[in-house]
Amino acid sequence: MPFVASSKTRPEYDVIIVGSGAGGGTSAYVLALSGVKVLMLEAGRNYDPVKETPMFQTPGQAPLRAASTPDKHFGFHDATVDGGWTSPGEPYMTRRSDKPADTFHEAKDHVAFGTKQEWIWWRTRMLGGRTNHWGRISLRMGPYDFKPRSRDGLGLDWPFTYEELAPYYDKVESLVGVWGTNEGLENTPDSPNNTLLPAPRPRVPEMYLKKHAAKLGIPVIPSHMAIMSRKMNGARIAKALHPGDANAQKLSADGINARQACFWATPCGRGCNIKANYQSTTVNLPPALASGNLDIVTDAMVREVSVGADGKAAGVHYVDKKTRQDVHVKGRIVILAASGCESARILLNSRSARFPDGLANSSGKVGRYLMDTVGAGLTGQIPALENLPVFNDEGAGGSMHSYVPWWLYKEQLAGKLGFARGYHIEISTGRQMPGAGSLGFLDSVTQGAYGKRYKEEARRYYGSTIHLAGRGEMIPNDDSFCEIDPDRKDAWGIPVLRFKFKWSDHETKQAAHMHATFRSMIEGMGGRVLGTPQTDGNKAIYPGGGIIHEVGTTCMGADPKATVLNPFCQAWDVKNLFVADGGPFVSNADKNPTLSIMALAWRTCDHVMAEMKKGNI
Amino acid sequence: MNITEFPRISRREAIQWVIAAGASAALMPSQAFAADASAAAPSGKPYGTDPLLNHTYHPGELWPLTLGPDQRGTVVALCDLIIPADDRSPSASAVGVPDFIDEWISAPYAQQAADRAVVLDGLKWIDAESGRRFGRPFAGLDATQQTRIADDIAWLPKAKPEHQSAATFFALFRNLVTTGFYTTPAGMKDIGFIGNVALAKFPDPPKEALAKLGLS
Ligand SMILES: Cc1cc2nc3c(=O)[nH]c(=O)nc-3n(C[C@H](O)[C@H](O)[C@H](O)COP(=O)(O)OP(=O)(O)OC[C@H]3O[C@@H](n4cnc5c(N)ncnc54)[C@H](O)[C@@H]3O)c2cc1C
Ligand code: SF4
Repeated sequence: MPFVASSKTRPEYDVIIVGSGAGGGTSAYVLALSGVKVLMLEAGRNYDPVKETPMFQTPGQAPLRAASTPDKHFGFHDATVDGGWTSPGEPYMTRRSDKPADTFHEAKDHVAFGTKQEWIWWRTRMLGGRTNHWGRISLRMGPYDFKPRSRDGLGLDWPFTYEELAPYYDKVESLVGVWGTNEGLENTPDSPNNTLLPAPRPRVPEMYLKKHAAKLGIPVIPSHMAIMSRKMNGARIAKALHPGDANAQKLSADGINARQACFWATPCGRGCNIKANYQSTTVNLPPALASGNLDIVTDAMVREVSVGADGKAAGVHYVDKKTRQDVHVKGRIVILAASGCESARILLNSRSARFPDGLANSSGKVGRYLMDTVGAGLTGQIPALENLPVFNDEGAGGSMHSYVPWWLYKEQLAGKLGFARGYHIEISTGRQMPGAGSLGFLDSVTQGAYGKRYKEEARRYYGSTIHLAGRGEMIPNDDSFCEIDPDRKDAWGIPVLRFKFKWSDHETKQAAHMHATFRSMIEGMGGRVLGTPQTDGNKAIYPGGGIIHEVGTTCMGADPKATVLNPFCQAWDVKNLFVADGGPFVSNADKNPTLSIMALAWRTCDHVMAEMKKGNI
Repeated sequence: MNITEFPRISRREAIQWVIAAGASAALMPSQAFAADASAAAPSGKPYGTDPLLNHTYHPGELWPLTLGPDQRGTVVALCDLIIPADDRSPSASAVGVPDFIDEWISAPYAQQAADRAVVLDGLKWIDAESGRRFGRPFAGLDATQQTRIADDIAWLPKAKPEHQSAATFFALFRNLVTTGFYTTPAGMKDIGFIGNVALAKFPDPPKEALAKLGLS
């Protein structure tokens, strides 16, 4: 039985992995297929996408037409269990501003977001974590993104180059299946031949945008999405991933062959019961479980890493949420993959006489350099798109087929933009399934129509909108961090995090640039902006954490005094302790982080295996 | 519909929220009607953070409904004034939109509780206004009489000061009817959404559409 009760775990494991999302899932896959005994601890409940995903359900079959509520912040059918901007029993504290009068308060509801300096934090508590409902946008970081400080003097450099991580991007893309094209664009890496899957055709409004954006010098190219646009050849891929290891090849190939190609119909944010897109639960965990080397305990909330007399990690303490018992399991190696911030929380809560400031924290940097992605968006209504003939333009449900990579590297380096880092543009459009509120714009564009005219107007306007969302790089700063709140504990008695967060001018100016760009793109198509373009970036930008790309807080680097982890994501202070989520990032390129989290985790686990074989850990 | 919701923008929500926010800005400033006893908080339980997703829910299944027969009559009349039957599709009331509105205003959540107050008071106002002008409740008026009242409140920015509250109500009600209708199979078909069916291949768009856009 791979899913085990707390009472049925082995006396000791080779590796304990905390968390089952992108980082934990990838780690479990690599290590279990390499033949070591692994225990995965997941705070959320067991979750089976094959049985539970409401694939073809329409909003009409859900309460309130599947509208967002305080229980389901992204709507009823979204694949989030016990989570969202708040998570039951697991409070966090946040602060509106630096003003002394603004003290920390509990982040309470998903409606009132305070000022833009406030931090909000999206979590979920289910096997597979946030990979069950993530957006599946999978962009490689480019060569510049690893060395930003060398390039413009700001922020921090990674302790290695793009070339070092590139082979792991290749592996991850091969295993999970990413559609996309090689365009040869600056700092937008190509993948080796035969790695990417064919991209689907753009949606019709995306084609229209491409044509008109070209006049502004803005490229619109196929997106990179972790979605199988066709069946993959399990044997061929597995052979390349696990050379010389027949057993791993078979497990991997079986896992890949059990997945079906996308059928271009259902909202991907609900998850995918034919396993066409990447979820840890459909891609990483099935082969890892089939190896017989992985045990999983769900409803296991890890409190701290225990330390032996030798100063090394001895295992972890967790709260079994079903019995409310404190349990200790032993492991020769501990890998934290509880997600950025959450892994920092575990380290900070692992206090002992030997490590009074928390484990792996001799640098004092655990919790520091918290980053999110800069976000701002505008919607346009495009008259040319009105009254098109009826046709199927749904595509992979809700997932973009085209995007705009950052295109102003030269202007930026020449100092012409007034902010240091770039952004890409995500496009949402097409004839998507109507949902609660999705036609709310009819109110203003029809200026109060009702009756037969209203029905005609609805036919005319449906499918004529495009939403452009900017996703930009944030530079780490000293004012953005998390730490343990001195007073509050969660429902399991574990001290919680509190957050301080600040955007710098680089980010707010970038957000203003986004609005100006989107406006020109919309008007370039002959359209009108719905809503108000902002020239003040503070008004355009979303709150920190709002894009759910939180990274940093367990930074890696070359200097043990200034960083938490060495270049292999191994704690400087505790050599059998590793972090395999977004925590090690020291910059947050505009590229959505998850593909890089997976590549980094794979590389870390290869290092773990090599060090184990050498007897170093 | 949840107009103050923050957009973490998963592709689909992005469109929904931003559009809703842009469109509903006009709704924000005016508090519709003064608070009223009819808007007493609903008694049901929220569905929780881990509800069963693979299930077809019906209004009334999760929490008790609110509307009495007279209120319901007014809701039906308003639904069909906003979305009447035509040669392409049935009316809003023929596909269960009044049940959805009842479900909405009866839900145990803050946004819906706020909407409940606006809707229940709005229904009261519209029947009172119908009585004042034509001596009958709204559902008993003929089409011309209904239109006379509706035209005064159909567009908030143009409504007279004394009709601001009623126009706020009407805008909310129209949004609810729109959501209710276009999320039904009949509404989706009417508007030209033919997806949500498995396809072996993502089909090419019609030449006619590309030609119209200068893309061929
Ligand atoms: C709506 C949405 C859209 C997104 N879109 C994209 C996108 O398009 N592209 C992209 O790159 N990224 C996207 N992301 C971000 C992406 O989901 C995350 O980057 C990714 O899931 C992070 O992986 P992780 O393993 O670090 O953490 P998670 O996936 O969050 O997994 C962590 C797991 O650890 C568990 N855990 C936490 N604390 C403990 C504890 N104390 N003990 C035991 N277990 C614990 C959690 O329950 C969780 O299951 C999106 C996120 C959301 C919410
Ligand atoms: S559109 Fe494709 S990838 Fe997305 S959920 Fe449906 S079948 Fe899966």
